Formats: sequence, C-alpha cells, structure tokens
Amino acid sequence: MFNLCIGGPAGYGIETMAGIFEKILQRDGFYVFSMRDFMSRIRGGHNFAQVRFGTEPLAAHIDLLDILIAFDLTTYEQHKARLKPDGLLLADPELALTDARLLPVPLKQLAKEAGNPRTLGVVCIGAMMKALGMPLATAEAVLADTLNPKLLDSNLNAVRLGYANGTPKFTLAQGGAKNQLLLTGAEAMAMGALAGGMQFYSAYPMSPATSLLTFFSTHAAEFQLVVEQAEDEIAAINMALGAAYAGATAMTGTSGGGFSLMVEALGFAGIAELPVVIADVQRPGPATGLPTRTEQSDLLFMCFASQGEFPRMVIVVKDHADAFYQTARAVQLSRKYQIPVLLLSDQYLADSAATIAPLDVRKAGSSVQPLPGQAEAQGAYQRYAITPSGISPMRTPGRSQAVVRVDSDEHTEAGTITEEARVRVQMVDKRARKLDGLAAELIEPTYSGAEHPEVLLVGFGSTTGAITEAVSRLNLQGHAVGALAFGDVYPLPTKRLEQYWKQAKAVYSIEQNATAQLAKLIRMETGLRCTDSILKYDGRQMSVDEIVTGLHALGVGKGR
Amino acid sequence: MSEMKFQSTETAWCPGCGNFDILQTLVGVLNDLAFAPEEVLLVGGIGQAAKLNQYVNANGFSGLHGRSLPAAVAAKMVNQNLKVIVNSGDGDSYGEGGNHFLHNIRRNVDIAHFVHDNQIYGLTKGQTSPTSDPCSDTNAGACNLNKPFQPLLVALAAGATFVARSFSGNKEHMARMMKAAILHKGYALVDILQPCVSFNKVNTFAYYREHTYELEAEYDPTDIKAAVLRSMEFGAKIPIGILYQAQAPTFHQRRPEIFDETPMIDKHPAPDKLEALLRQYA
Repeated sequence: MFNLCIGGPAGYGIETMAGIFEKILQRDGFYVFSMRDFMSRIRGGHNFAQVRFGTEPLAAHIDLLDILIAFDLTTYEQHKARLKPDGLLLADPELALTDARLLPVPLKQLAKEAGNPRTLGVVCIGAMMKALGMPLATAEAVLADTLNPKLLDSNLNAVRLGYANGTPKFTLAQGGAKNQLLLTGAEAMAMGALAGGMQFYSAYPMSPATSLLTFFSTHAAEFQLVVEQAEDEIAAINMALGAAYAGATAMTGTSGGGFSLMVEALGFAGIAELPVVIADVQRPGPATGLPTRTEQSDLLFMCFASQGEFPRMVIVVKDHADAFYQTARAVQLSRKYQIPVLLLSDQYLADSAATIAPLDVRKAGSSVQPLPGQAEAQGAYQRYAITPSGISPMRTPGRSQAVVRVDSDEHTEAGTITEEARVRVQMVDKRARKLDGLAAELIEPTYSGAEHPEVLLVGFGSTTGAITEAVSRLNLQGHAVGALAFGDVYPLPTKRLEQYWKQAKAVYSIEQNATAQLAKLIRMETGLRCTDSILKYDGRQMSVDEIVTGLHALGVGKGR
Repeated sequence: MSEMKFQSTETAWCPGCGNFDILQTLVGVLNDLAFAPEEVLLVGGIGQAAKLNQYVNANGFSGLHGRSLPAAVAAKMVNQNLKVIVNSGDGDSYGEGGNHFLHNIRRNVDIAHFVHDNQIYGLTKGQTSPTSDPCSDTNAGACNLNKPFQPLLVALAAGATFVARSFSGNKEHMARMMKAAILHKGYALVDILQPCVSFNKVNTFAYYREHTYELEAEYDPTDIKAAVLRSMEFGAKIPIGILYQAQAPTFHQRRPEIFDETPMIDKHPAPDKLEALLRQYA
C-alpha cells in the first residue's frame, strides 16, 4: 500500500494532477482512496491532495507518507515529518531542499521544454511513474482520454520528460482490482438521486455542496431534469416544495448555513406533507465557519431544526457506495411517507474520490417497498384524509377531477385552514403515525470487529472507513474492539446498539465535532451514556492513525 | 357565458374588505376563460390576501409568508399545463418576498401575480407595509418613514413583460387586467389597489376612487419610457391599466433542450441512461 501527498499553492493544478493520477491507478488495477485539503481561495495559500492506493479496497486516509511532492517550501515544512525515513520527496531543485529523501527533478525547466509551463504536474506524474515502476503507456493513454486535444502534445512531452528524469525506487505489487468505478462522494450522491427518480433540483451555490448543483446542471438535458439556481436557499427549498406539490420528485442541497435559511420551509414540508430530500454537505460552522473544510456538527441541528413537531428522517452517508444507495433510498422514502428526508454528507466525503465496486442502478431505484395499495376514502378527494398509516393518498394536481389543496396552516382533511381543537389533534397524530411505518424501514448500524467486544466504538457517516480500519488494526494486535457505524440516525435504530452495548466494558463515540453529538443523541433516545469520546473539530478529517492514537490515550490497547 | 365551474365559499375577511371584490372578479374571470378547476392552481403566501385560494374550488397551495412565488414558478416549471395564479398581499410580495419578486420577474415563468396592495399589514393589525404612503401631517396610523416601495417601477427595471395596476372598486377594469395577465405569456404583475377597511383610514375606497384614473386610449403600452414615468405616478393621480406589455421568451422557451410538449413530471429516464453514465467512471 502506498500513500502519496501532493501539495502547493492554489492555482498549481493539484486537483487536476491528482485526478489524472487516480485514473492512472484505477486503470492499472489499484484500489484508490484520495482526499482533498483545500483552502477557501482561488490562488496561493496551501492546498494538498492525498492519494492512497494498493491492492486492497480503501475507505480512509492515513498519516504516514511514502511519497511527498512539494511544489513549494510550505508543503515541505508542513508534511516532511509524515514522510517515512525511506520515503521519496519529489521537488524542484530550485527549492534548494536538503533532505536525504529528496529526488530533485527540474520540474519548471522540463515543463518549459515540454512546450507548456503549466504542465508542471504532468512532469511530476511522469517522474512518479518511474519511481513506482509503473508503465508510462497507461499515463499516456489517460492523458489522451482526459485532455483537450490542443493541449495533448505538450502534456505527452511533459509526462515523457518526467519519466526520463525520474529514478526507479519502489516495487509495486500487480494491481488486481477489476471493474472498479472511480468517483467522488458528491458524484455518487448525485447519481444516487437520479437512480431514486429525482426530477427537480433547486439550490443556491454553497461550498461544499455546489458540486451537486454543477453535476445536475451538466446532466440536465441528458436526464430531462429541471435544475434551477435559486436566488437564495429559502427560494431553493420553496421551489422544491412547489415542484413536489405539482408531482415532481424534488430535492435541494446546501451546507449548514444554507440549511439554516431553509428551516421554516422544512417545517412547512412537515405539516403540508410534501416529499422532499434536503442534502446537507456539512462544513464547520457556525456562520461562515471554515468554508472548504469538514465537520459533522450539524447532526443534532438536522434532527431538531424547525418549530413544531412532525416526522422526518435523517440519514448520514458513510462512503461512496453508501452515498449512492442511500440517496436513492432517501428520495424514495420521502415520496412514500410524504416527509422531508435530510441527507447528511460532509466536505471530506463529497470531495474525496475512491474506487468502488460497480453500482446497481435498478437495485438502488427499488430499495424501498412501495406502499400496499390503499382503498381511497369514499366521497370527494381529500388531500389529508385520515388513515391508519398516517399517509394520505397524494394526487397530482390536474390529473384527475379532484382539486388538491395544501396548507402551511393547520388544516382539515380537505386542506383548508382550521383552528378546531379536535382536528388539530387528529392531524398531529395522523402525521406522527408515519413514524410507525418508518420504524420498520430503519437500517441498523453496521458492525465490524470482534464478535464479543470489550471496547465498543460508535460513529456515523464519513468516519466509518477510518473507524473500521482502526478497529481491525487494534484487533490484529490482539484486542477485542468493535464498532457500530450509523447511517440512519433519526429516528435512531437501537436494536444492535443495545445488543453490543451490553457486552462492552467501555463505549467511545468517535465524532468529527466538539460536543459529542452522537453520544448525546444515543443518550437521549436510549438512556445509554458513552464512557468517553474522541472528538476532532479542527476542520480536518481524522485519520486511521488519529483514532488509534486517541484510543491509546484513553487506555485502549496500551502496553500490549 | 359557459357553465359556472368556479365558485367561492365563505371567507374569514372583515365585512367590506376589498378582497371580496377581488375574489368575485377572479372567479368570474376563471369562469369566462372556461378553465376546468383542476387545471387552475391558485398559490398564496400568508396574509389576508393570501387566503384567497382557500375560498375557490381550484387547486390551492397556501405556502409560507413571502414564499409564494418560488413555489408557484416551480409548479409551473414541472407542469406547464397548470394555469398558475398567485394572490398575495403587499407585505408578502414586496416585503418578506422581495428577493423572490425581483428574481422571478427575471425568470419570466408564465404565471400571473396579483398583489392585493392595501398599503398596510392587515392580518397583524395595522403596521406599515412597503407600499404605505410616506408620513406627513395628514397621515393617520401606519405610514412610511422610509421611502415607499414602487413595485411597478421595480418590476420594469427587473425586465417584467407585463406590468399593470388596477383598483378593487372598479371590477370591470380589474377583470380586464386579470384576464390579460392570465393570457400573457410570461410573468404578469397586477398591483391591485385595495382598501383595508379595518386599519387603513387614509387609502379608502373613496380615496382610490378619487385618485385613480384609467390610462388614455392612446397610451402605448409598448413604450417602456412612458411606462417608467407612469409607474412613478402615485399620489394625487394614480394611473390604472396595462402600463407595459412586451413579448419575450419565457423560462420554458429559453430552455428547448429541457422543455417540450411533455410536462417534466411525466419524464422518467430509463435506468440504462444512468448505467451508461456510470460506465464513464469505470
């Protein structure tokens, strides 16, 4: 397994270079997990991409580096301690680094020789191919497939020059991964929405959720979607609700700040029983916070946002495949129960890329059992007819003689304003009954680790990969650790939690926030109290190593 | 006149409210146009005016305060066969919903927007609205220390293709304006002056009757400069009529690659399309 970091100021094409390198690895049969750490600026600063690859599937990043490519001194200074003693440091001799691990390659000069000074990154790729003993031909083919033909010649020159000026250093095992897809968390989520039948998407641009809007806009004509950039997030969600009312399968997406603006309409979706999926790609808050960084601190906000009481569902996506299947499921659940479904991701997962097994579009599109056929009440159609399931038959306006009335005020079965006490109680109860049906749909957290854990870890969403890997690392050292990774969080599934909790001597929540929100939610719903938590809230995602170190600090697996 | 398909029901408005005339006139217009109740969608936000859709046997969407326009345009986007008409007040349309007013004019989705403009907040009992008159010695009650909002001027500046004003006390005129707005292709604004009998003691029936005048027969509604001048006329004399009308491509017409005869709600791409897209990631 190899771990590589490419760093430099914004504007150096680090993103592009990492993207090309990931494709080369995929084509050569390697599993890849690649994350981005970018500042909120167009030029300058310090950005890096970290690409981990090998012959086993990967779902998290680690700290220790085999290769460091430094475009500037800052990159070298920030990351040199993470580079293994026998690792490779690739940098332009211009930087005048004195480091035993240095392989100086005159990147700037070679890029100029190649005929385009902007091919700096591609020169690096060539040098890396040589260092890793990988065939140059794959790199050439990927460049030919990805680049604008006008730019191809200079880039081919660049990769060849880099290769010629490199030095062989590592021996890679043969990559054996077949038929893998390489995509980002955002792409997986967007395509999951399409698999679930999404027809309408409205949003206001906001990092790190903008990639969803961009994806849908790019593919609008192909998939016959209405994609509208709204004037603000309030408009975005109210548009989605208008579209849902008129019969479209609708979704909106934003980050925490935008979601804050959507909250009144979230309650409207609840009382008016309008199906909608709201994706929140989390970043650290409050307010503007850290725009391009990651956090899991919107969890409790998502569970409890809005005045009043109404059923909702909160699902957190865990990895790339899960983002695809859960988004499709969220779309279908919102339609089936006529509720808002809140779908949580974060910058780390949205922007990271991974190789995953092929995705099953048809399976994703039918992951929720449709409602059993319901006999409609006799007499005139009523949008909010009282039913045992709490779900009233939903008709599309204009598609029958019936008129369809929805209301943000409390309303009668016909959908007109009422203040009648009895009807109010009937309506609150009717809406709440949807939770009974939802309870049967809940997916229990996935469990990994020792059959009888002494130590139980609980986590949710994008930390799942790192937690799982940390558990197997500890168990290989002879400990009995297990982990429950939650995707469905509200309503909270509790069966498996209670089952494993009984066996464990200590339970730790692992969370990317400062206040242990999952631990609080668990305590609130079950009365169970975590022993302690490992929390990270600096805007950077915790690595496998950080979890292991954190557990050591708590006395888990020490001295064995 | 054909069969009377639309009716109004009992309302929660104050006796003598201008909303009654607007409701009756709208019902008459819908009957004249011979629409079917199920093809008409009446959208409102929150407020006394916004309740109008509660009292008509058509599809009704009573949304959030200020947010009627985003919901209305989205409904039209996904099913162009719906005749979408928004009824909301001056507070809802120009205050809370100001940003949506501005940007939905630019979108030019084919809907009609009837603003019941009584220059005051009624449901919350008499506060200043964006269009309340400026404060002066003669004013009683709510008045604007800030400059009053000029909806028609703003609509023209944002590129509206149908800008009209009417008065609820002149039903024949109001019916003409409503009909023209509904038939107009694109976003159509009718600012309907309407007395609030409970809270606005200045802008009364008598006040509007005295101050409003119909645009002259020779007035040219395609002349934007004339429209701009008339849109600023609000005081001793207030013009009513179609100040401006032009044809411009609608939201749907500007996106031929997305919209055709088939409403979007009926489009369900086959799974192989997504399967083909996914193969590009292999």
